Amino acid sequence: MSAYNFAFLDEQTKRMIRRAILKAVAIPGYQVPFGSREMPLSYGWGTGGVQVTASVIGPDDVLKVIDQGADDTTNAVSIRQFFVRTTGVRTTTQTDEASLIQTRHRIPETPLAADQIVVFQVPIPEPLRWLEPRETETRTMHALEEYGAMWVRLYEDITRHGHVETAYDYPVVVNGRYLMRPSPIPKFDNPKLDRCPALLLFGAGREKRIYAVPPHTTVRSLDFEDHPFTVEAWDRPCALCGASGVFLDEIIVDDKGGRMFVCSDTDYCARRRQACDAETP
Amino acid sequence: MYVAVKGGEQAITNAHRLLAEDRRGDPAVPELTLAQITGQLTLAVDRVMTEGSCYDPGLAALAIKQARGDLLEAIFLLRAYRTTLPRFGVSRPIDTGAMTLRRRISATFKDVPGGQILGPTFDYTHRLLDFDLAEPGRDATDGAVEPTLDAAIGGPVPRVIDLLDRDGLIETEDPDAEAQPVADVTREPLAFPAGRDARLQNLARGDEGFLLALGYSTQRGYGRNHPFAGEIRQGEVAVELVPEELGFAITIAEITVTECQMVNQFKGSAAAPPQFTRGYGLAFGHAERKAMAMALVDRALRCRELAETPASPAQDEEFVLYHSDNVEASGFVQHLKLPHHVDFQSELVLLRTLRAEAGA
Repeated sequence: MSAYNFAFLDEQTKRMIRRAILKAVAIPGYQVPFGSREMPLSYGWGTGGVQVTASVIGPDDVLKVIDQGADDTTNAVSIRQFFVRTTGVRTTTQTDEASLIQTRHRIPETPLAADQIVVFQVPIPEPLRWLEPRETETRTMHALEEYGAMWVRLYEDITRHGHVETAYDYPVVVNGRYLMRPSPIPKFDNPKLDRCPALLLFGAGREKRIYAVPPHTTVRSLDFEDHPFTVEAWDRPCALCGASGVFLDEIIVDDKGGRMFVCSDTDYCARRRQACDAETP
Repeated sequence: MYVAVKGGEQAITNAHRLLAEDRRGDPAVPELTLAQITGQLTLAVDRVMTEGSCYDPGLAALAIKQARGDLLEAIFLLRAYRTTLPRFGVSRPIDTGAMTLRRRISATFKDVPGGQILGPTFDYTHRLLDFDLAEPGRDATDGAVEPTLDAAIGGPVPRVIDLLDRDGLIETEDPDAEAQPVADVTREPLAFPAGRDARLQNLARGDEGFLLALGYSTQRGYGRNHPFAGEIRQGEVAVELVPEELGFAITIAEITVTECQMVNQFKGSAAAPPQFTRGYGLAFGHAERKAMAMALVDRALRCRELAETPASPAQDEEFVLYHSDNVEASGFVQHLKLPHHVDFQSELVLLRTLRAEAGA
């Protein structure tokens, strides 16, 4: 790959993206427009995340890439290969071994540490988009901190259904100021964002926006005093490793309604099973 | 016993191998050459260059071959290559008035200085399948005498619209100062309201089908702008660059373009008397449908500037400019096939809770 620069992007482009990242870190939750480039992978496949990762990755980084919590899903494999090919960095599946984690739709179960960066792939960065399709309007709403429409929507959900009808990409307020989409992670993962010691970067390639949650920043999932925010719970543990209090994938095992529930985080699950095997000779 | 799905890596490798096999097709049939594509599928090459924003017939042909004829995929390939190229300067505006014409027609006047030149067009063909083309070597044009012109097309031919301009019947259009920086939608994110430079770039890269439908919608009453094809011209123009160290323009390329200048009615406003207004379309190669659709949409999007009330999709700047790009659209539509089982699981949990509470 000598025809391409380290991590594919040229240094000028990396610099432009790093400037956007710095601004994003300085204004937590604010969506910074950036000159998103056309990447050699399809829009919707993580072009924003890939650009952010390419701009912050260095030769000494250890990279982990997950999709749906798993290291072995096809798109995670494809993005990992892209960075192996263009940077030659070491990759890992172990959350605590990685210095840089690119993710789609999950935050690992293993707690993140202060020296880690997590890059989220974002399809639609604008939390107000389903309430107001126009970018010119939503930018003004953010500037004026005019988030009443979102509160009304949540209130209407509760009066109609008894619950907020958002299961993933659940809106949060960052640092007490900006309303932010946490990307389509299940709301189960929202509490992990709050005061997270790692740097969280969000890249939306097609929509040309970058935003960030700096380490130890408050991230509050929207709720009401009498309807506190809750996360998904399962009435059984992981069928493979026995973990509870983690996000479980539902696997259909036959055509007679058979189901099993297993950890969505494949690294977490595999290591628990390994540890278990080691204990029982 | 369920085993977590493994082997994504092997599956991807296999998929690429199958793709290569399908691309090649029957090995008994000779492989396509790029010269055949650039020489015989010229309009496909033109579209890929236009929407790929890169004037290079050879690369466009390679992209078409690699994409197995899927032009949107070819456009994507060319764009992903283009984005790696350094931008070392901005050319001078091309002078379409100085174009070496291959085709030039005006629908607004029976005859115009320089004449109407039909050129190579499908317009008056009868769409009957030509079975002589089915077998190589039976093409009736093989060995036929080159068509000759009654008179040589000499010198620059004035643009029809400039003739109206002289009489003040059409809004004047003054070029920006050369020193004024030009927007580059491939380097900067769109901001609204978009300048006309950014808008025209966006439309030039925009999907032909999308612009065609939008342009058509204006003709059917959704933002009607009473268009006339003032002039359509196709031909070769020089691309000039002024290198800083030289200080004067040098020609760096000759490219083929299609230009469409629409003349549109305008009833006038409080600030301006009634006069004709303009819509502009430009595309690489021979791309008349694209250039005409682009001109209709450009005019529709000028509604605010002309104090017309925007009420239709084609007049809605954010709607048009955010959805015109087929590489973005194709990617985002198709990303739905990526795994979404975590989000789906969240929805299942919520739905089961709601149904349990409803006693269903």
